[in-house]
Amino acid sequence: MEASQVVETVPRAELIHEHIVEIVSDSGEGAQKAGQTFGSVSARMGNGVWTVEIIPAEIKPPARSPAGASGIRIRLGSKHITNMGDQADLVVAFNEQVLYSRIANGAYKSGTVLLIENKWRNDPVAEIQAQYDRALAEFRENGLIVHELPLEEACREITPNPLVGKNMFVLGMLCHIYSRDLEIARSEISIIFKRKSEKVVELNHRLLQAGYEFARESLDLQYQVPPQVEQGQKRFIVTNGNTALGLGVMASGMELVSMYPITPATSASHYLADVFHEVGGFVHQAEDEIAAIGFAIGSSYAGKTACTITSGPGLALKTEILALAVMAEIPLVLAIVQRGGPSTGLPTKVEQGDLLASIFGEPGDAPKVVVAAATIEECLHFVVMSRRLAETFRTPVVLLTDANLATGQQPYPRPEPSTEWLAPPIDQTEWDPTVPPYDWDAETGLSPRPIPGMVGGHYVLTGLAHTNESKVAYDSKSNQLGCDMRSRKLAALAGTLKPPKVYGDPEGELLVVGWGSTLGAIEEAVDRAREQGHKVSSVHLRFLSPLEPGLKQIFSRFRKVMTVEINYSDDPAAPLITPDNRRYSQLAWLLRAQTLVDVDCWSVVLGAPLQPGMIHQVLLQRLASMEG
Amino acid sequence: MFGMNADWSLEVFERYFTIGDYAGGEARWCPGCGDHGILTAVHKILRDEQIPPETTVCVSGIGCSSRMPHYMGTFGFHGLHGRALPIACGIKSRRPELDVWVSTGDGDCFSIGTAHWIHAIRYNMDMTLLVFDNGVYGLTKKQTSPTSPLGFKTNTHPGGAILPPLNPLSVTLGITNVSFVAQVVDWSPPLLYEVIKAAHRHKGTGFVRIIQRCPVFSDSLSKSLQNDPDRVLLLQHENGIPIDASAKRQFSNLIEHDPSDLSAAREIAQDVSRVPVGLLYRNPDAPCYETLTSRGVEFTARKRLAGLNAALDRFTI
Ligand SMILES: Cc1ncc(C[n+]2csc(CCOP(=O)(O)OP(=O)(O)O)c2C)c(N)n1
Ligand code: SF4
Ligand SMILES: [Mg+2]
Repeated sequence: MEASQVVETVPRAELIHEHIVEIVSDSGEGAQKAGQTFGSVSARMGNGVWTVEIIPAEIKPPARSPAGASGIRIRLGSKHITNMGDQADLVVAFNEQVLYSRIANGAYKSGTVLLIENKWRNDPVAEIQAQYDRALAEFRENGLIVHELPLEEACREITPNPLVGKNMFVLGMLCHIYSRDLEIARSEISIIFKRKSEKVVELNHRLLQAGYEFARESLDLQYQVPPQVEQGQKRFIVTNGNTALGLGVMASGMELVSMYPITPATSASHYLADVFHEVGGFVHQAEDEIAAIGFAIGSSYAGKTACTITSGPGLALKTEILALAVMAEIPLVLAIVQRGGPSTGLPTKVEQGDLLASIFGEPGDAPKVVVAAATIEECLHFVVMSRRLAETFRTPVVLLTDANLATGQQPYPRPEPSTEWLAPPIDQTEWDPTVPPYDWDAETGLSPRPIPGMVGGHYVLTGLAHTNESKVAYDSKSNQLGCDMRSRKLAALAGTLKPPKVYGDPEGELLVVGWGSTLGAIEEAVDRAREQGHKVSSVHLRFLSPLEPGLKQIFSRFRKVMTVEINYSDDPAAPLITPDNRRYSQLAWLLRAQTLVDVDCWSVVLGAPLQPGMIHQVLLQRLASMEG
Repeated sequence: MFGMNADWSLEVFERYFTIGDYAGGEARWCPGCGDHGILTAVHKILRDEQIPPETTVCVSGIGCSSRMPHYMGTFGFHGLHGRALPIACGIKSRRPELDVWVSTGDGDCFSIGTAHWIHAIRYNMDMTLLVFDNGVYGLTKKQTSPTSPLGFKTNTHPGGAILPPLNPLSVTLGITNVSFVAQVVDWSPPLLYEVIKAAHRHKGTGFVRIIQRCPVFSDSLSKSLQNDPDRVLLLQHENGIPIDASAKRQFSNLIEHDPSDLSAAREIAQDVSRVPVGLLYRNPDAPCYETLTSRGVEFTARKRLAGLNAALDRFTI
């Protein structure tokens, strides 16, 4: 943290505590790189930051099309920032068409400042000129404060190819507008282009400087966002959730990730493919998802617990063999970066649709541990925890994250790993042959595991029903006992968990229950409602199987309990929907079944992260209907 | 077992493994099933090579053939239908010192496991891959398999199989990085032993298609071949597999075939009028994937931690 360097005040700059900035472009124009760098610079200056990528669904969408909107949102502030927020305060756009999809997503408000490339006004194609004029009139009508700027023209003074350089020019503009330290921005640029030549770095430094000066001269717009106070002396890192997942794999001591490419999970493996060898690890790209998990299971069986990373469609393919890991009690970490489903669904967009599939996806009873990371930081730490749980409880562990966490970036305390985080070396001591391979403790279902290489440890692992000797057994008693023991492990794990913390007062009118990446948005919405005097609290679950204990007691202290999720549920007001046939969102299903409390839900499948403002409105409506 | 030390005292060798050390539960295959002979050959090879049972892992899928791990006194992994190979490859990936055997069937390997078969050959990890090919689905009671001949009557094709069979030899020989392909019949025990032993000694994936008798569901297939040994083509070469007199008596059709000649091997495999037995192809120099997958296994915890801290530092602000 270099916060101390920037406490000096900037004259004329308006003091603000938070802003949401977007850069929107056609894909391939470098908006994401500019935004990420702006986020890193802000984090290094001590601000709370959350960035979220705006990703087109296609790799090469047509230029100047609403569906092609590609870019990034950066929310920065003087407090810890946990989510993407509501409407943007300032937008930089490289063309007017891409803004339509953002407008359709409710990304802007009256008063949002728009800085837009103005070259389209004089485009040789008359239709483009007309589109541009029409759009800008419309934007102004809707209250956007529009500044038309000759961005490419200004860049052309520095580079003959402004198309590739203008993103750093925009970064320079934002650095002026938000009173960023140019020295920090320059060092970030040097890091990003470290694999490129000195000349490239130098050119981008000049573009940065030019953008900075351009903004100073042509815009009467400058803000100052003071650093957070609470960060103190801790060291921080900035990553997205998929990089955090990759770092978690390395921090857990797992040596193998076996995967098949699938959006939005793949970038975790891309990151590992770059660095895994530095800790002695290997990324295996298998021929399909079944082979990917099979390979990981083979390694785990041989004593090296491995990880496989996928998304919903991959999970579907892995179910049969995941059940084998449950049945034969093989430790394994299965990370699922959720996207919109069912089927190929929304490959690049967020959903929390795989909770029930993770818990109940297999035929027969296949109890396993299912946990969900709620923050980018947890994407890292939960892998370490999952590896340990997998080995201690001799079970696969499903770790759920989602597209929002995967691509969001945030500063968080740098983990200080120790050798205890790593997997111990494989045990090759002699196995007492009088101890069966599944020496289940009758109370907990736990048992030690023989590993190939152990003299006297040989046994035949089987996916068929088996005795504690791992002998195939079709008799009633053996099957009942095996099922009991595997299930008992979840009860044993639940016994070690603490009840979740309630955010807000421990009692009140309305309790919101969430899981996964919606944590920040839910808590911010709860804060807003509480500031208005409403008795609203929330609880956020990390363990979904087994569920954290004490839920029923916590729920009993509120008049109403509801989940807020990004997955499908029937709107109770929709045609044909009655209390009897309403389909609830996934966590609500689970909580209703487990607690017998009449848990309500609100959920949407918009392919977008939940915004605190949306949730706040929902809370107010529910509270009002409770009074009515 | 005893040996003599230089000072004339007796040295007791800690461990000598007998056939009994490799035997597991009593084999429950039908009487007359070819699988029994394959198991016996494997037991003998392990004994002759003195492979410690605790470092031997036998991986299988599902099928009669896949019951083999249960009859072994080694580590075993009786997994899922079609998925033996990914698991075997995963075992090998970070434990390359383990001696891995895969037992699979024609349905298990050539139908539901096809993708893994192709890619495992390409990975060429050091393991012995035995396909027990009875030309039928045995465990599930006589359905058509990919190697059932045209017209072969099964419960799924009561009028006879309606597609010509897949040719596992020519497919395998067409895969990039293939390094060992052999074929043998279960009713020639000395040849069976030698072929499997060569596959086991081979560094890489030793693919052996074993034409296997299933007297219950596909008796006619093996009978017709047994009754017509001239259809069998015995492959012999100084760089091939040792062939004893009994095999030569059994199969009089004998040709010289150099196992380093891939095109000749492919030609022999293509000719479905003959059933070649012996070694079709061997390349001892094909790269094995585990030399890549096992990189870094020797890293100490300190070294891992240092790498991790360096990675974290790159994101530190
Ligand atoms: C996913 C799945 N599909 C189907 C089956 C049923 N099944 C078990 S073994 C088998 C075929 C076995 O044939 P093969 O591999 O030739 O082995 P054989 O019994 O002939 O030795 C089938 C279809 C299964 N166990 N799992
Ligand atoms: S059904 Fe056929 S393959 Fe299966 S055990 Fe019996 S004889 Fe062998
Ligand atoms: Mg068969």
